[in-house]
Amino acid sequence: MNGKLVKTIREAISLSGLRDGMTVSFHHHLRNGDYVLNQVMAEIAALGIRDLTVSASSLFDTHQPLTDHIRSGVVTGIQTNYMAAGIGREISRGILGKPVEFRTHGARASDIASGQAPIDVAFIAAPSADHMGNCSGKFGKSACGSLGYAYPDAMYAKKVVVITDNLVPYPLQGWSIPETNVDYVVPVEAIGNPAGIVSGTTRITRDPVGLVMASYAARVIEHSGLLKDGFSFQTGAGGASLAAADFLKKIMLEKGVQGSFGLGGITGYMVDMLQAGCFQSLLDVQCFDLKAVESIRSDPRHQEISALHYAGPSARSAVVDSLDVVILGATEIDTAFNVNVHTDSNGYIMGGSGGHSDTAAGAKLAMIIAPLFRARLPIVTDHVTCVSTPGRDIDVLVTQGGIAVNPKNGELRQRLLDAGLPIVEIQELKARAEGITGAPKRLPRGGREVARVLCRDGGQLDSIYHTPEEAE
Amino acid sequence: MTEIVRAASAGTLESSDAYVEIEPAGQGIEIQLESVVKGQFGESILAAVRETLAGCGVERARVTVSDRGALECVLRARVEAAVLRGRGDC
Repeated sequence: MNGKLVKTIREAISLSGLRDGMTVSFHHHLRNGDYVLNQVMAEIAALGIRDLTVSASSLFDTHQPLTDHIRSGVVTGIQTNYMAAGIGREISRGILGKPVEFRTHGARASDIASGQAPIDVAFIAAPSADHMGNCSGKFGKSACGSLGYAYPDAMYAKKVVVITDNLVPYPLQGWSIPETNVDYVVPVEAIGNPAGIVSGTTRITRDPVGLVMASYAARVIEHSGLLKDGFSFQTGAGGASLAAADFLKKIMLEKGVQGSFGLGGITGYMVDMLQAGCFQSLLDVQCFDLKAVESIRSDPRHQEISALHYAGPSARSAVVDSLDVVILGATEIDTAFNVNVHTDSNGYIMGGSGGHSDTAAGAKLAMIIAPLFRARLPIVTDHVTCVSTPGRDIDVLVTQGGIAVNPKNGELRQRLLDAGLPIVEIQELKARAEGITGAPKRLPRGGREVARVLCRDGGQLDSIYHTPEEAE
Repeated sequence: MTEIVRAASAGTLESSDAYVEIEPAGQGIEIQLESVVKGQFGESILAAVRETLAGCGVERARVTVSDRGALECVLRARVEAAVLRGRGDC
């Protein structure tokens, strides 16, 4: 059989049987360098297909043409785990009739697997593939490393189209997604712009406030009781989080702690920790920089995992269930430790949970690291604009002005006090910030629901309402 | 009274700063404010700008504030610097 190779994206769409009202899906490993979503949606629009739901593991501002497809009725539904600020602003102004459905990375995988969020046609951007559809993100000019978020799409969509700019002779060596899942393969000139796919290097912060927070964060981990042989860890790619990982690495090497695994979106800093002997392995659902891509390609200890294996709430077990510590960010956190990562303080969508809620729920210690205020807006509020991760899953808030421990964690609080760390009540951090910035006036929210934030284990966590233009 | 005789500016458009422009005007104080935190702090920003201008003895000027979330002390400093650069005797 040689029938999978198709000359154009348009031909593959026609062959897939895509019709009005169906759901198409995309993964986001090419991040802001992705060409595939826009190329596919333009062909779908040209074919006159309408009323589609787009299920994307994340949407970046390079996907702005999607807003035109919304206005023209080609797209009438969006399901995603993260939405960058440019598209988020338009959604917040109410251009889409149906509320966006926000899931976590784990919940998207579980809902696709269970059929609660079915996909008709999945489009897989593949940095390497053979003509039968075995594909991988590790090789090729558009290499992005892990294809973790694309696994559920490939496994459960009714039709699967692989789009590649590096067609290699059969069989591709070291595939991630096997041909057993793939219906069609389309070779194209380019699936993305390498400059936008991965950063050359991700850098730790030099900002003194960020460094103070990072040093506190590392010391919280040091004294949490969790930093011992077998330790496991996840952190984000933000400057302060990376600095915290760097401080933590020094502590682990000094104390000779032999960790078990590093998890997550993987950066070069986590690769450094692996190579320095801090961890036995890295479990990688997405690579953030070139060093991570090189590592997953060449080091067998650096393993690719699917979104379901990473964080699926319906999985028999997922890696987040074995995670000790995660460092996470926040745009707002309230005095009940609820965290907002979906909107800014004006209510505009500018993010999403991604793996935030998944890792917070799974980890033994979920730490938020954030400055007391950003651009005059205090981080601690009475009520967050949107609950992205419930306060019951958050253990500690680290700011440059002190560390607040969730009252549910009396033992941890005592450990940190004994270690001489500056422990304060979360209300005190709010008061201290407002003492510097002034008390912000609370903004009225719009009346129409523009997005629903779904709980990782079912049900709805919160709603996001439209933001009238006057808010600026 | 401090007379504003030329267009002048102070500050930057970096996050947590404000860019303040001042120019001569025929009568009174006219302030145009654009701010990332207008909803939360718009009124207090306008009050701080007016107060700073009055403190410098400025009674006639057109002022444009592009605020990127500056703390009030920063805002006052930027307004004062713009006044010193735009006034006649310097």
